[in-house]
Amino acid sequence: MTNTQRIETLEMRGIVKRFPGVLAVDHLDFDVRAGEIHALLGENGAGKSTLMKMLYGLYQPDEGSILINERATRIRSPQDAIQQGIGMVHQHFMLVPSLTVAENTALGMPSRWQLNLRQIARGLSELSERYNLKVNPNLPIWQLSVGEQQRVEILRALYRGAALLILDEPTAVLTPQEVDDLFVILHRMIDDGRSIIFISHKLHEVLSISQRVTVLRSGRRVDTIPTSQATKPLLAEMMVGRPVVFEYQRNAAQQSGERLRMERISALSDRGELGLKEVSLTLYGGEIVGLAGVSGNGQSELAQVIAGLRAIKGGSIWLDGVDMTTHTPRQRHTAGVSYVPEERMVDGAIKEFTVAENYILQDHGHAPYVRAGVLLNHTAIRQACEQAIHKYEIKTPTTDTPIKSLSGGNIQKLILARELAGSPRLLIAAQPTRGVDVGATEYIHRRLLEERAKGTAILLISEDLDEIFALSDRIAVMYEGRIVGVMPRESVTVRQIGQMMAGATADAV
Amino acid sequence: MIDQILTASVFAAALRLATPYMFASIGEMFGQRSGVLNLGVDGIMLMGAFFAHYVALSTGSAVLGVGAALVVGAVMGLAMAFISVTLKAEQGISGIGVYLFGLGMSELLFQRLVGTPRSVEGFTDIYIPGLSDIQFLGIGEIFFRHNILVYVAFLLVPISAYVISRTPFGLMIRAVGQNPQAADAMGISVARVRYMTVILGSMLAGLAGASLSVALLKVFQQNLTSGLGFIAVALVYFGRWRPVGILIGALLFSFVNALQLQVSAIGLDIPAEFAVMAPYVITIIALVFASRQTEKPDALTKPFERGE
Ligand SMILES: Nc1ncnc2c1ncn2[C@@H]1O[C@H](COP(=O)(O)OP(=O)(O)OP(=O)(O)O)[C@@H](O)[C@H]1O
Ligand SMILES: [Mg+2]
Repeated sequence: MTNTQRIETLEMRGIVKRFPGVLAVDHLDFDVRAGEIHALLGENGAGKSTLMKMLYGLYQPDEGSILINERATRIRSPQDAIQQGIGMVHQHFMLVPSLTVAENTALGMPSRWQLNLRQIARGLSELSERYNLKVNPNLPIWQLSVGEQQRVEILRALYRGAALLILDEPTAVLTPQEVDDLFVILHRMIDDGRSIIFISHKLHEVLSISQRVTVLRSGRRVDTIPTSQATKPLLAEMMVGRPVVFEYQRNAAQQSGERLRMERISALSDRGELGLKEVSLTLYGGEIVGLAGVSGNGQSELAQVIAGLRAIKGGSIWLDGVDMTTHTPRQRHTAGVSYVPEERMVDGAIKEFTVAENYILQDHGHAPYVRAGVLLNHTAIRQACEQAIHKYEIKTPTTDTPIKSLSGGNIQKLILARELAGSPRLLIAAQPTRGVDVGATEYIHRRLLEERAKGTAILLISEDLDEIFALSDRIAVMYEGRIVGVMPRESVTVRQIGQMMAGATADAV
Repeated sequence: MIDQILTASVFAAALRLATPYMFASIGEMFGQRSGVLNLGVDGIMLMGAFFAHYVALSTGSAVLGVGAALVVGAVMGLAMAFISVTLKAEQGISGIGVYLFGLGMSELLFQRLVGTPRSVEGFTDIYIPGLSDIQFLGIGEIFFRHNILVYVAFLLVPISAYVISRTPFGLMIRAVGQNPQAADAMGISVARVRYMTVILGSMLAGLAGASLSVALLKVFQQNLTSGLGFIAVALVYFGRWRPVGILIGALLFSFVNALQLQVSAIGLDIPAEFAVMAPYVITIIALVFASRQTEKPDALTKPFERGE
């Protein structure tokens, strides 16, 4: 390692952090050593991100101390953290889209009058070669894929001399191949004597990459154990406090009539290219169709087209035999189309609104939430929302808390609760368990199966093949804007689907 | 008739009249690029104009007048920054408050300290040796016979473009305006950057006022600017948050202004109201048809709070 002092040990002792109405972190001890990957596990809202933000100087602990190389250290700001050799890749990326990779790296560096972007670009290139993190330093961020943006975040932290790197759910947004690449890079980093704190909800990732695991529950540490002694069921039980089921009982499909029919749908993607190319697909009531594919192959466009949020260039859509090609999103919602979007902070919720307001976002116009035709009935709204909070185990201080202060997984649960509330005819669930903890994942999976039993047609979009195989009756694979195959689940293997996701046709596999 | 209207002196006047717009707009651009909309520009200009004029009147020095305008601008900028950055008040409203304060205060001070409009000697024109004599197309008269503030205003275009795009300060400004969370996470103090840009912008607004009262018109009277500061804010949108765009917008405006003066001077019968409205109509049309590809800061008017 070059320009940084090593962090041999870092210790957090007796850390406490309170937010209005929540004890987010409760007398917590945690430590990392050089050359180690330490995984941090815990339910949504357990306090993982909060703990890490204190290490990175974004929040100040109310109590407790941080020791770096056995010396008590106060980290007052991200600047302090960077100086101490701590880098962080946040759950929601912290990049300025209009700036280039090099400019984003220069941000906050001790400034001279002149920006030496060329020198930074050179430094980034060297690092990217060494760690095999391929990124062009001169491209603006908005042109990069999510995986590339993450590489930029890692490169930037390395460039700024991070001896300890915090990765907050780095794999949530990556494809399986990208996850493998990331793990190679992380191994190379610890070989250099750096240390890594790795947060994830995917237990198999934690088991394969870390040396030690710390499990949090409700802001407290349950235990820290060597990964060699951990198993998937053990970790899940430590997190949730009860045994978790990974395999579900599924009844035979009770298929009813045709629910959704799409014929030769074409649509543009955000980049202005043809993102959907003559896609045809039919869904029947009472079945779950899993839509597999590497993200960016048209799945989100397809979901938006069905929900009416993206204009189409050609083709038509029927719901229950009614042509709804030209219907507005609102008309479709009324007709029974529910949509759990992938970008929940962008398309699914309004950040500044409270939990209750977000819960009735779509039903704000009618009973029981409206009195005398125009007035919002706050009692009814609160009651409905409280029920949902209870049923879905959503962690929030009150129904009046702004949704932006909930943890990521809890926002997802709230949106799901909202979308399932009105007994939909058709449910589109895009990455419904991304960033969601194992306990809640189990719950969401059960709810989807319940909806299926009720006769709802469900389109499940997921990159997680385990999830697709656990729930689907039929599996469709998307590649480059086309559906390259639709097969009954029993007739294919995970491997075959994986190959089709990479471009092989159904006949070839 | 056209050659009666489009004389070299009209173009020269257009360049002169562009000065206050450019100072105020470029100043406003700095604030907006960092995410703060300062609608108080006109009020700050009035205060700058008054103090520059008053100091120039009492000391006989236009330079001291400009210094006073810069100081007054800085103080009012500090107030605006405190209200909108520290107290996180609604920016549109606090700006209007600053405007009304400047309007009333400059008027009150003028009544108490000066009374009747009096002219000052102010800045005289500087003829650039050699260049100012160029007869060809009237270039000498149009470009090289102006007071110092005109030259400074035009120099400000490349300077501010350079600062925004090439310096660490400019990078911080853009980052804070586009994604304050990201800037914060990289150790940049969002509040400090916004204070600096709002104060800098307000100093330039003060200077814009001074350019009216000690260089262009050389008098002060009640509501001297008559809304010029609001046009300056519109010009930032018109110019798509880029100094060169602002330059083009300011010239367009000042050219129409100059034409209007010339048309009435030679006694043509065009209702003056048309000429007065023209710039606004142009702005609205330009805003409607402007390309989507802009540098508009995503965080404009949004106070920053950590922890989302
Ligand atoms: N800025 C904030 N204001 C108020 N409450 C907050 C804030 N940030 C976090 N919380 C609360 O603190 C608790 C811990 O949240 P945190 O984001 O640390 O959870 P997490 O373990 O990272 O969860 P996830 O897996 O969903 O990301 C939650 O109950 C959350 O609602
Ligand atoms: Mg988190």
